[in-house]
Amino acid sequence: MFWNDPDKMERYLDIAQSSLLPLLEGAVVYTLPLSLITFVCGLVLAVLTALARISTIKPFQWIARVYVSAIRGTPLLVQLFILFYGLGSVGVVIDPFPAAVIGFSLNVGAYASEVIRAAILSIPKGQWEAAQMIGMTYSQTLRRVILPQATRVSIPPLSNTFIGLVKDTSLASAILVTEMFRRAQEIAAFNYEVLLLYTEVAILYWIICFLLSLVQGRLENRFDRYVSI
Amino acid sequence: MIKINGLHKRFGDLEVLKGIDLEINQGKVVVVIGPSGSGKTTLLRCLNILEVPSAGSITIDGQTTDFSKPVPKKEVDIFRRKSAMVFQHYNLFPHMTALQNVMEGPMIVQRKSKEEARQQAEQLLTTVGLGDKLDYYPHQLSGGQQQRVGIARALALEPKVMLFDEPTSALDPELVGEVLQVMKNLAGTGITMIVVTHEMRFANDVASEVIFMDQGKIIERSQPSEMFTNPKEERTRQFLNLIQ
Repeated sequence: MFWNDPDKMERYLDIAQSSLLPLLEGAVVYTLPLSLITFVCGLVLAVLTALARISTIKPFQWIARVYVSAIRGTPLLVQLFILFYGLGSVGVVIDPFPAAVIGFSLNVGAYASEVIRAAILSIPKGQWEAAQMIGMTYSQTLRRVILPQATRVSIPPLSNTFIGLVKDTSLASAILVTEMFRRAQEIAAFNYEVLLLYTEVAILYWIICFLLSLVQGRLENRFDRYVSI
Repeated sequence: MIKINGLHKRFGDLEVLKGIDLEINQGKVVVVIGPSGSGKTTLLRCLNILEVPSAGSITIDGQTTDFSKPVPKKEVDIFRRKSAMVFQHYNLFPHMTALQNVMEGPMIVQRKSKEEARQQAEQLLTTVGLGDKLDYYPHQLSGGQQQRVGIARALALEPKVMLFDEPTSALDPELVGEVLQVMKNLAGTGITMIVVTHEMRFANDVASEVIFMDQGKIIERSQPSEMFTNPKEERTRQFLNLIQ
């Protein structure tokens, strides 16, 4: 085995070192931008979907329900394939990166909408009434009173969504986005050190997610200043 | 000042207000008492349209709104500005400081400048004895202090009528006094007040008039001295016996 073979050990270290830069490049150029862009788009979609779900207008409710059900009921990989290969086959060609952005945004939108809906519903009715009493409109009430409080409640579950998203972006490799995992695949195809590269890329995902969980902790502290703990 | 005509409120099959007629003059302090489920809180909430009455009309400060047909949103907004409510559970905005809570209405709804809203809020909070707690968040304040912020927040809207929905019911006994004191001071300023409460001492000392409600109707209304010593109606007598 490699741990009692100095030559092999040296080759491993060499490969690990030389592949680090391309892997990080994949993370910085694709994995992280893809995660951030889709998370922001997804959140906007999620808030709209959540508002549609709690609105009193039936058609809005139904559109939101069907959307969430369809996305949650089908595999992400299948959705990406439909967007990229499926639509491509009938002449609607979308580049890999935009296709991934659309696919992941739709996904985050559906899952996060349930988080945000629950967070909005967790705000006591008295808050809506107090806002109404001082004369706020519906949108003022949402912006000034409900969403700021709902944000605090949603930080832990939304952090989960985001961390999940960062890892899920590895699926974009299947529609030819050269993000971090696809880089690892490409390098492994070249030097056959499959275990080494996939372990290396796993550790990199882990580090990224660990750093994100630290950010989550800081966000939670910041928003907790107005509640007694 | 306030004129209520044939006010009804139904929740599904349940009729909570069964035809309320009431007239209240400018500057009066009217205390509404009655058993739970008598409709007194609903009556108060109808005056701020937190509940939309099912039928009847209300006139406040010269503006009459008829609830037997749907009321346009614009009219609701104008109508609502005539009154401001102090809630049983304060309902302060927990993510805003005391000062921000009081500034919110004037700044966001009435579009006053930040400076003007701040000055007014500081002054109001000082009036209710919280001049040194401007930057405290609600959770850092006691129940009595929170309710006083609630009163300042309502006053900041410069309403014609102040509505108090059991303002001391959620408070520890030792904190009730400070809130009642603020309300007493307010009663001397000429603002019209409608207070739903179980504080009979307050009613006796401050009210210009006491109204007894039961089962969605006004059973009796009179001066506090009259109401508490010599009630005319049997049901009023029973209720007062129970709580005294």
